[in-house]
Amino acid sequence: MTSQPIIRFDNVTMQYDGDDAVLSDVSFEIEPGKFYTLLGPSGCGKTTILRLIAGFIQPSKGDIYLNGQRINGVPANKRQVNTVFQDYALFPHLNVYENVAFGLRVKKLKQAVIDEKVKEALRFVNLTGYENREIREMSGGQRQRVAIARAIVNEPEVLLLDEPLSALDLKLRTEMQSELRELQRRLGITFIFVTHDQEEALAMSDEIFVLNKGRIEQSGTPTDIYDEPINRFVADFIGESNILPGVMIRDYYVEFAGRSFDCMDGGFHPNEQVEVVIRPEDLEITAAGAGKLQIRVDSQLFRGVHYEITGHDESGNRWLVHSTRKVRVGEEIGLDFDPEAIHIMRFGETEEEFDKRIEAFTEVGDEN
Amino acid sequence: MRTSARNYYLVPYVAWIALFVVAPIVLIVYYSFQDIEGNWSLGNYAHFFTPVYMRMTLSSFWYALLITFFSLLIAYPTAFLLTRAKHKQLWLLLIILPSWVNLLLKAYAFIGLFGTYGAANAFLEAVGIGRQQILFTDFSFVFVSVYIFIPFMLLPVFNSLEELNPSLVQAARDLGASPWTTFRRVVFPLTIGGVKSGCQAVFIPALSLFMITRLIAGNRVITLGTAIEQHFLVTQDWGMGATIAVFLVIVMAVIMVVTGQRRKGARG
Repeated sequence: MTSQPIIRFDNVTMQYDGDDAVLSDVSFEIEPGKFYTLLGPSGCGKTTILRLIAGFIQPSKGDIYLNGQRINGVPANKRQVNTVFQDYALFPHLNVYENVAFGLRVKKLKQAVIDEKVKEALRFVNLTGYENREIREMSGGQRQRVAIARAIVNEPEVLLLDEPLSALDLKLRTEMQSELRELQRRLGITFIFVTHDQEEALAMSDEIFVLNKGRIEQSGTPTDIYDEPINRFVADFIGESNILPGVMIRDYYVEFAGRSFDCMDGGFHPNEQVEVVIRPEDLEITAAGAGKLQIRVDSQLFRGVHYEITGHDESGNRWLVHSTRKVRVGEEIGLDFDPEAIHIMRFGETEEEFDKRIEAFTEVGDEN
Repeated sequence: MRTSARNYYLVPYVAWIALFVVAPIVLIVYYSFQDIEGNWSLGNYAHFFTPVYMRMTLSSFWYALLITFFSLLIAYPTAFLLTRAKHKQLWLLLIILPSWVNLLLKAYAFIGLFGTYGAANAFLEAVGIGRQQILFTDFSFVFVSVYIFIPFMLLPVFNSLEELNPSLVQAARDLGASPWTTFRRVVFPLTIGGVKSGCQAVFIPALSLFMITRLIAGNRVITLGTAIEQHFLVTQDWGMGATIAVFLVIVMAVIMVVTGQRRKGARG
């Protein structure tokens, strides 16, 4: 809050003639030195935001500010941001050194300076000694690093990363996730990372923007978004969840699955229809008859770290449970959970209204 | 059994190559060592390296170079615009369409257009420049040749531009390159393969042009192609004609080798 935003979108709309808007009336601020993730399904507009910041496309409506200056219409080569492309877009006719040096040569720096900076950048991405390799001789992971080196060597204030890990295999991807996070900390610049992989987003980001159909559904820290999704889309998209219809009998008291439970949410009308979210890992399996709910097991999948168990209760709601305990299919089991595990979502609530409500009812809660 | 059966399939191709590729070249080489009476001799080659033929060779190269240069100058920007156009396949077809029309027909059309009372002169007169001698000049020769060769230059250049990954252009812009620098350092180097094939497709046939030299340039431009035609059809000195042909074959082979190299690995 204290520092001036490095990037600001003011009611930005992006629309190609005749088509539906790719982005509709999007506003947000990006603070310097943080790792941001734009997360959403394909076609949600996340790459469009990146391309707008990079300057490859210009907004149909609204303003974009970089360091407080309006940059609508400023071409890509005049912007202090650099991009790591999804397909890396390394120049096939240049070797590793020349690829990294490209931006510096364009700036007509002295050869000695270029030498030093390229070495430094390659050292940063652990590619020292690869200067004279041709791009086609490099593996996917190495190309990725060259692409990062080529971008950071220009010392941008903001680094844009367009799904850079999607072409890598799982193990390499996990490695690169922590490396990228580490790199961002060492460089201290802003990273804006685009992905459709929620695990990647949760693992790497300081701040996540969840996008859907050209709008920002919710923004916040990974824990905020995971623990308190504001609607069905976010709850569904980030992690797995049990979403059930419920009724808020009064604040801190909710009815679902035919029973009533204490919960931690407030600020509702009495008897308001709501949706209840419970994460599968927050459910604990107990003996039949014990616990707060009884379900019958329909299926069980071994996932390595846990069993993925599905079942149904008497009212016919389906339940997803993650547990290290093994059960038998067809068996009746009890489920236990804490009041903290219950998260209540209002229908049609925007992020702003949600924040206001949280603020209001926590104040009331403090007085009690 | 299996391999021998497979070998039978080769017969038509081997026969074709032997009859229509190897045999003619052998015959040309054979004739080039015979003088006009049919005796073995090196006289044709000695004759070839005299000023008359050297001047002809130089002028052939010069015109072929001019034609290639102007074809490229026109075809590259056109291909570049085409890759960005909306109905590019349609535009491409329209540009290629004239190459389906018989060459002789097109040459005669230009005689009509460029003649003293043709459309071009009528236009010049209307704008007040007055009638000019257009036909039978270097200008008309190069102009018509370029017109005829443009599709052959355009296609390979267009294809190489189409193959170019558009994110490479964005990457260059993102790294601070202006549109011109992007073209110079990324687009052109990566489409040089198409430019080379286009130049081959134009330069080699342009070296031995003969019909246009007569019809459009009025025999004022004498290239090696014209000389070959004259030796075979008019002077009946097959030996000398064959010698020039051997020389052209060698030059073309050299051009292919020189421009064809360094292609491996240029794509990532």
